[in-house]
Amino acid sequence: MQAEVNRHAASSVIQVKKPSRLANVVRELQKNKHYYLLMSPYMLIFFTFTVIPVVISLALSFFYFNMLEFPRFVGWQNYSRLFLGDDVFMIALKNTFMFAVVTGPVSYIACFLFAWIINELSPKVRAFMTLVFYAPSISGNVFFIWLIVFSGDSYGYLNGFLMKFGFILEPIQWLSNEQYILAIIIIVQLWLSLGTSFLAFIAGLQTIDRSLIEAGAVDGIKNRWQELWFITLPSMRPQLMFGAVMQITGSLAVADISIALAGFPSVNYAGHTIVTHLMDFGTIRFEMGYASAIATVLFCIMIGSNKLTQKLLRKIGE
Amino acid sequence: MRMLTVLRTPRRLNRSFAVSFLLFALLAVFGAFMALPLIYAVSNAFKPLDELFIFPPRFLVNNPTLDNFFDLFALMGNSWVPLSRYISNTLFITVVGTAGHILLASAAAYPLAKYRFWGSKTLFSIVILSLMFSGHVTAIPNYMVMSWLGWVNTHASVIVPSLAFPLGLFLMKQFMEQIPDALLEAAKIDGANEYRIYWSIVMPNVKPAWLTLMILQFPALWGTDGGNFIYSENLKTLHYALGIISAGGIARAGVGAAVALLLMIVPITLFIISQSSVMQTMATSGMKE
Repeated sequence: MQAEVNRHAASSVIQVKKPSRLANVVRELQKNKHYYLLMSPYMLIFFTFTVIPVVISLALSFFYFNMLEFPRFVGWQNYSRLFLGDDVFMIALKNTFMFAVVTGPVSYIACFLFAWIINELSPKVRAFMTLVFYAPSISGNVFFIWLIVFSGDSYGYLNGFLMKFGFILEPIQWLSNEQYILAIIIIVQLWLSLGTSFLAFIAGLQTIDRSLIEAGAVDGIKNRWQELWFITLPSMRPQLMFGAVMQITGSLAVADISIALAGFPSVNYAGHTIVTHLMDFGTIRFEMGYASAIATVLFCIMIGSNKLTQKLLRKIGE
Repeated sequence: MRMLTVLRTPRRLNRSFAVSFLLFALLAVFGAFMALPLIYAVSNAFKPLDELFIFPPRFLVNNPTLDNFFDLFALMGNSWVPLSRYISNTLFITVVGTAGHILLASAAAYPLAKYRFWGSKTLFSIVILSLMFSGHVTAIPNYMVMSWLGWVNTHASVIVPSLAFPLGLFLMKQFMEQIPDALLEAAKIDGANEYRIYWSIVMPNVKPAWLTLMILQFPALWGTDGGNFIYSENLKTLHYALGIISAGGIARAGVGAAVALLLMIVPITLFIISQSSVMQTMATSGMKE
């Protein structure tokens, strides 16, 4: 009897509570409906073409799906095949990591280093140098110029140069020799990679409070390296975070340059990356489930390395 | 006394000349590495045929000519799809995509930057998260969504997804946070509703950010070849046309160089025009931990 009363009381409390909470949310939604309305066009498109595809991709990676038959659930089979039975994926994974470990940090440091030097110049020269360093990344497909530099016959600039000065006698097939392909892609990617983060660094450097630097000088900062470590870098931490996200994502997703320079597929998969592997299965072999598993792995690598880098960046200036 | 010199010459603090010289030399060398391929691309477009195939190849042009550009229009005028069609397709995609992106991204950024409401934090962190991966991850489901919508082989398949790139919303929101709340409150007291505040107060105040979104969005769309979505020849873009021209082999080398120049010169010019606004916006681009 007692228990029943208690249960009754409890349920009535919940019943009273529940509609009021819902009403709160509704009232809140009502009050802010203009904000939701303003956001709705963007969010609708953003969810349709970014968020939902990620979810679909995650789900599809557990299915066998070839666009013709109905998807068949296969559990972890795609992943086990990817990591245990796919030698080419291992090459792609190795290449992507090689590539990211070199271009990611190098271009990140280059972005900062050049922004830092440029910041010391007078405003007009600064604007010009900014243009020089930023132009390659917005000039679109001009990287085909590098095809002429690394062309395999003696007309190629590099071959012509090396032959003229007697370093080599025969032209080298730069882009069809496994030894060189990855290095060349790395060079061209570095050339292209001073993009958004470079701009963010230049802008960030200009916003640093000058009185901080003056105070630092009074407190005994001896040279520009100490100033860099104790004042400049910590003041720029938000921009450094932003730059890291942009550089990591860019260096892990390289594919277009590899395809333009080394072909698709490249000789003995020397320029194969995770994304070209994804394209191979997604657009040529139509194994959508398998391709989705590749995409999911790439997704996890990107998020993981971003989180890791952000942790490292927190240590700056300590 | 020391304080005074410090204040008077803040830029020359703790600088040794030797290191400065080394750093600027480094800047010059890498500046050349960045600029030379572009200079080469420009000079190539003005080379007459005999200079294009000279051996050993020459870096700069000796007798500049506009022949390559005339050839380009003559050649493409005779082809099945005229060059003007590729140019107008590219322009259409770029202009609509860029303008739409600026409008939608700023409309979405305004509430996120200025108000706290149910879901605002979550939505923004999803946008931040999506900055961390590239579009390649979603290529396959995107294609499926496009085909459900019946947008394959239309310009919408390129334009619509680009309207909601996360980077634009992110930069816009960071920039809008600087607008003083008092300004918005004053407008509210004067009886303006949210849409009017957005359109007449917020938008004019974030002009530098529009230009920045433009300079980020424009090259991306200008250089698109239609991806996996556009198959009809008469819907293709200039970037795609460059591909077929270059595939024409050495006979088309000059024409190819001319198209390449056309493709690169537009975004670079836009950047020169908008540079100072871009810097202003980028200063607020930081991410909190």
